[in-house]
Amino acid sequence: MTTKLFGTKVARVEDQRFLRGQGRYVDDLLTDDPRLLHSAVLRSPHAHARILDIDVSDVLDLEGVVAVWTWDDLTGPMAEPLPLLIPHPALTHGRTQYALARDEVNYVGEAIAFVVAVDRYVAEDAVSRIRVDYEYLEPVVGIPAARAAQRTVHDDVPDNVGARMTQENGDARAAIADAPHTITLELDIERSACTPMEGRGTVARWDPDTSRLTVWSSTQTSTGVRGCVAAKLGLDLAKVDVITPDVGGGFGVKINHPWPEELLVPLAAMTLGRPVKFTEDRREHFISSAHERAQQHHVEVGFDDDGRLLGLNVEFWHDHGAYTPYGLIVPIITSTQLLGPYKPLNYRVSFESLYTNTVIVTPYRGAGRPQGCFVMERTMDAIAAYLGKDRTEVRSTNFIQPDEFPYEHGLIFQDGRELTYDSGDYPASLAKLKELVGWDEFEDFRAEMASQGRRVGIGLACYVEGTGVGPYEGAHVHIETSGKVKVATGLTTQGQGHQTAFAQIVADTLGVRFENVEITTGDTRKMPYAVGTFASRAAVMSGSAIHLAALRAKEKALRIAAEALEAAEDDLEIKDGVVSVKGTDASIDLGTVAVLSNPLRYAFDEASKAATQFSVGDPGKPPVDEDDEPGLEGKDFYSPERSTFANGMHAVIVETDPDTAEITILKYAVVHDCGHLINPMIVEGQIHGGVAQGVGGALYERMAYDESGQLLNASFMDFLMPYVTEVPTTIDIDHLETPSPLNPLGIKGAGEAGVIPSAAVFAAAIEDAEGFPITAMPISPSELFDLRLAHAPEATPTAAAAPAPTGT
Amino acid sequence: MTSQTEELHDVRLHVNGTVHEVRVPARRLLSDALRHDLGLTGTHVGCEHGVCGACTILVDGSPMRACLMFAVSAVDAEITTVEGLTESDGSAQGRLSPVQQGFSDCHGLQCGFCTPGFLTTITAGLRDNPDPTEEEAREMIAGNLCRCTGYQNIVKSVLRAAEIERERGESA
Repeated sequence: MTTKLFGTKVARVEDQRFLRGQGRYVDDLLTDDPRLLHSAVLRSPHAHARILDIDVSDVLDLEGVVAVWTWDDLTGPMAEPLPLLIPHPALTHGRTQYALARDEVNYVGEAIAFVVAVDRYVAEDAVSRIRVDYEYLEPVVGIPAARAAQRTVHDDVPDNVGARMTQENGDARAAIADAPHTITLELDIERSACTPMEGRGTVARWDPDTSRLTVWSSTQTSTGVRGCVAAKLGLDLAKVDVITPDVGGGFGVKINHPWPEELLVPLAAMTLGRPVKFTEDRREHFISSAHERAQQHHVEVGFDDDGRLLGLNVEFWHDHGAYTPYGLIVPIITSTQLLGPYKPLNYRVSFESLYTNTVIVTPYRGAGRPQGCFVMERTMDAIAAYLGKDRTEVRSTNFIQPDEFPYEHGLIFQDGRELTYDSGDYPASLAKLKELVGWDEFEDFRAEMASQGRRVGIGLACYVEGTGVGPYEGAHVHIETSGKVKVATGLTTQGQGHQTAFAQIVADTLGVRFENVEITTGDTRKMPYAVGTFASRAAVMSGSAIHLAALRAKEKALRIAAEALEAAEDDLEIKDGVVSVKGTDASIDLGTVAVLSNPLRYAFDEASKAATQFSVGDPGKPPVDEDDEPGLEGKDFYSPERSTFANGMHAVIVETDPDTAEITILKYAVVHDCGHLINPMIVEGQIHGGVAQGVGGALYERMAYDESGQLLNASFMDFLMPYVTEVPTTIDIDHLETPSPLNPLGIKGAGEAGVIPSAAVFAAAIEDAEGFPITAMPISPSELFDLRLAHAPEATPTAAAAPAPTGT
Repeated sequence: MTSQTEELHDVRLHVNGTVHEVRVPARRLLSDALRHDLGLTGTHVGCEHGVCGACTILVDGSPMRACLMFAVSAVDAEITTVEGLTESDGSAQGRLSPVQQGFSDCHGLQCGFCTPGFLTTITAGLRDNPDPTEEEAREMIAGNLCRCTGYQNIVKSVLRAAEIERERGESA
């Protein structure tokens, strides 16, 4: 595509409203409506308990309280468990919670009662007056307890195993048995969470005049919420509109739906005949949304003298929390994306997905890939250490080569399709990374630092990320008679700058001015067919759909203009919204073409006067041809055969304090290949954010559950999200662009990439600095200090066997 | 807590140069009063325990967490929210302040939720230190959380804002 906006750093149009305080997030809506009601939720204080009795009598006489509901008040589909969104044959014991707990609670934070009142303060007063009698049950906390299954989360899941799944290509166990060298590794990753700055929130208004429900939700899928609300409330889909306003960050957690409040709020709005709002507070976000990442892995690998992977056998245990609304997506992604840019000759992976009495697990940016990358990259480093080879050399030996694409792994990916990589150039990426971070010069630097008594280490990690999963996205492009172009696509936006990036595509494809393009996302009134914003799919899916829809609009514009200008379509070009006959003065602007496209009976302004039945058309033909439609529009859908695979490599140089074990980042380098870049500024912003989130996940953030299932750090005081003081002062980025052959723009997704290799790359660098294996992440200075003691030559066996502390 | 009817207080709030009269209970947070009573929803609430800084406003010129103040304790103070940062240039919208413009120039925001708190914080910071070094720019924003940008472009935005401030000063 030879165009001028695609690939350039266009400033974001959405910034104007955000910078002026004019963004509209869900809690900003209906603030001037005096009839608006507010809600609050009573949540379980226990990780595992039977509910014996709920007494709401003290609530009813509280002034300002409008309604209080428990499960007993729910009927029909609302009284059934929430949907299991992504069923899978291997998920033999899938369980979901009720909108309000029925009989039993399975994590601290599970919704029990819902109060609607005149303001949030009163609603919370009311919640505090509800008395619940519980029969306390022993909770299952952590993967070891879940595997031991001495206690169970659900009575009818006796071993706490929700799913078992195995995939194999070749015969990994036989290959390992025959291999000249073998290594076994135990690798752990702890829980973390997306933690967007804006929590969940939903507002609903029932309009009795039109019998229509409007729901605004801070979600990553408007169409998904719409489908759930209609089904659960027993409404025809046509009666429900879901609008996603500005969203203050998602990172995965807002793709899960429907949350209990996403159903209770619309139900309350209908029942009470007044608009109702729910805004999650920070503690609620920690204990009643979703977490991710916790997995334990057992790796057996067999390799030859060059470090070539002859057989790789990975078993892992995935903590999915108390329920499984999002199915097996996270462990399936780990098990497939673990392979990264490598081609083990034989690969076997099996996992158990386990119940624990903790917050549910749904995808968090990276969605199982950070764990997979950690496993594979730690394995690569272990092989290099075993063979005494450079870590980049072992990786190079195992890379899929540029001439091997499309590369089939012989496995099934998270979308149910073959795991087949479309494109990439891993040797070129590695060469760029080594250059960018100064890999070959590092030993000199290490020596120089050592001479000053300073300890440094370098690490690298490579990943491949399946992006742009189906099934589809669509777009509608409408050229108005003013020449302005209104575009709708159904997926949502939570900070990615879609209004800018998509407008760049439209401006280029259609030949119109960027300023005249307006993009709407996440509004089911404008585009009822959509999937959502997750899996780094928005640019690939909606970007492609918008391009295709704009082409259709352009096709029609050229056809009408050719007729009007009495020229051949091939002789026409569109620039700045004007169609002209190449090399002549003959032209017509797109607004006029739009007028001509829509034969009118009534004239209401000068433009429409030109389009009345007496002005346009051949009197011998129908005003609108049989195979045509009125209006200058284009609509199309993009549905790819399979995912496209972006890739990248990160390297980091860290310094570890010899006394305090404090870990400092000296240099961070990223080589990133997401195919063609629509807006490099936005892509780099995504990488920056991903890297920072990765720093948090590797060095600071963890969910500190105690043995009774209480989350001890459910606040920003205690959950250590990075401030500017914790992130690298610079992130050096280099791009490689190997276009995807799977979509018309040659693009791949970029949203999640920055966070994927973090645990792996920091573990590698810290290991390199310290000289002993790092097998569990995140790692704090105190944990590193304890590891030093354990690995000190004089360490006692007891110290060496001491488990790493889990506190923050 | 158990009383059925809360005592209400008449409070006069001076916000962005306008005087507002509200009737609120003593426990009403200033952040809620600004957002829900005055409709100034540009001030965002990210944690309600004073850590994230999204709700930062200027109280008599100093950055304060609106979620850690009661509306009744803001009486007689001059409050500036993000809505009050733009400069009048005769247009209905007003022109972006140097800090706002710096964020626009440097892609200093993504989802925009934490942005108002950064803008107010930096506005006060640059008043105290109009020519910060990169290290000082970092220090200036070290009390605010952002989950999208990794802070890289926010630091650049601070430096760019200082530059714009100087450019505007010279051309004025």
